[in-house]
Amino acid sequence: MKPKLLPLGDSALLIQFGDQIDLEINQRIHALDALLRATAIIGIIETVPAYATLLVHYDPLMLTYVQISDWVNAEMDQVESNATRKPRRIEVPVRYGGASGPDLEWVAAHHHLSIADVVHLHTDQTYTVYMMGFTPGFPYMGKLHSTLVTPRLDSPRLSVRAGSVAIAGEQTGIYPIDSPGGWRLVGWTPLCLFDPSGAAPFLFAPGDEVRFTVEAIDA
Amino acid sequence: MLEVIEASGLATIQDLGRSGWGRFGVPLSGPMDAFAFQAANLLVGNPFNMAAIEIGGGEIELRADQDCVIAASGAGCSLSVYTWEFSLWDSCLVRAGWKIHLKKNGAGMWAYLAVAGGFDIDPILDSRSTYLRGHFGGMDGRVLQSGDKLKIAKPKSSLSELSARTLIQDARPAYDESPTVEVILGPQNDCFTGESIKIFLSTLYHVSTSSDRMGYRLEGAALNHSGSADLISEGMNIGAIQVPADGQPIVMMADCATTGGYPKIASVIRADLSLLAQCTPGKDSVRFRETTVEAAQEKYRTMMGKMKNGIVNSE
Repeated sequence: MKPKLLPLGDSALLIQFGDQIDLEINQRIHALDALLRATAIIGIIETVPAYATLLVHYDPLMLTYVQISDWVNAEMDQVESNATRKPRRIEVPVRYGGASGPDLEWVAAHHHLSIADVVHLHTDQTYTVYMMGFTPGFPYMGKLHSTLVTPRLDSPRLSVRAGSVAIAGEQTGIYPIDSPGGWRLVGWTPLCLFDPSGAAPFLFAPGDEVRFTVEAIDA
Repeated sequence: MLEVIEASGLATIQDLGRSGWGRFGVPLSGPMDAFAFQAANLLVGNPFNMAAIEIGGGEIELRADQDCVIAASGAGCSLSVYTWEFSLWDSCLVRAGWKIHLKKNGAGMWAYLAVAGGFDIDPILDSRSTYLRGHFGGMDGRVLQSGDKLKIAKPKSSLSELSARTLIQDARPAYDESPTVEVILGPQNDCFTGESIKIFLSTLYHVSTSSDRMGYRLEGAALNHSGSADLISEGMNIGAIQVPADGQPIVMMADCATTGGYPKIASVIRADLSLLAQCTPGKDSVRFRETTVEAAQEKYRTMMGKMKNGIVNSE
């Protein structure tokens, strides 16, 4: 299916690949995103990949909507033959359960699994960072093993500790800063996801591949 | 250096925002009224992106400890320096020891105070803009308060060259307590009934008191979705109008999230965003009119061109 181009106001162009959360669609978006970033023309401000869309922000003083659509269309023809994107792979050590993952027991009981099974299913998958959002540095990753698909909390926690590893629906994520949150907390990682004044402020980038490893399982 | 004697309301340091970090989920931030902000910088001979003070629905009093040139712009405030009253959209010379006071006065929400050279503040993620919710940027990620010392970077031109300039009346925004602002429909206008699109383009919407730097919540005739009110999250832009299930539109403003999951019925065009931003929550109202991308971009280019060509000596 050929993606659809639509204006979002007078300074952004939305490239729509589909309307569902789908790993294959999302990977096509990251391939196009990488290409657009590598060949960016003057007047392109930034690109924001999401599940099934890529948003291109541009400066309307430098580019018209027609100019930017023509450019994107020309680049899109290149991307099909250029599908050899090499994602970064990041390993995330996790302490599962106990105070680090207060919902792990509930998740296991909900799926009639042992805690070890849940940990195994969570670490046995390679995830793609579909997109980032919610708070600076929060990676939306998928997809979970189908056995682990879990509903959100009925009412969100007012405060979730930074580093908490969580699952919701078909997705898994990590809270970069202390913030409210409605995902089920299964573990905690000591890695720093967001350091605003650091040389590399963000641990993850959209399109990265991520694997979780077991540092410990607490009772 | 300018020292803050007293500040109220939302007084923050802003530049044009944190471009380039949206892919990591970092909001753009920057001024609510980008036109007034850029005009203030231009009046004191700065590039558009220099850090300046934004005052939202409040006042600020400062003391200069060096000679400098300042300009105030926007709406909702009047300016006094030493014992004189100055108009907004003028630049003026401030001598060491003088006080600068932006006082709440008249309609409007956001005023700007730029200084020749700009404020010398360490950038966070390439920007000096304050992101209050993230607690970073500007002055330690917070509003300005009594005792803050704002260092001034050295201006490129002499102070006498930069003072006593004004932006001609014709180049200023036509602020209004009930403006009609132009919008570009989409990208999800097909998520709404045809009747709702008509209502959206003909009804008066009140700016709700729960509006803030993230978004202006509007109250008026509810807009009905023809299908689901949920979208999978996609990138968002300032000016985009999201409509959640309750049918009341929310216009995304400077601190809006980088992505969102409600259908966007339309977007306010850049040239008219200042008019909406200056509406006072709980008091003012807005009407929408449809335009095209081409016309919107032309209008914006004309507006910015008028600003650049509209700075003249006021004496």
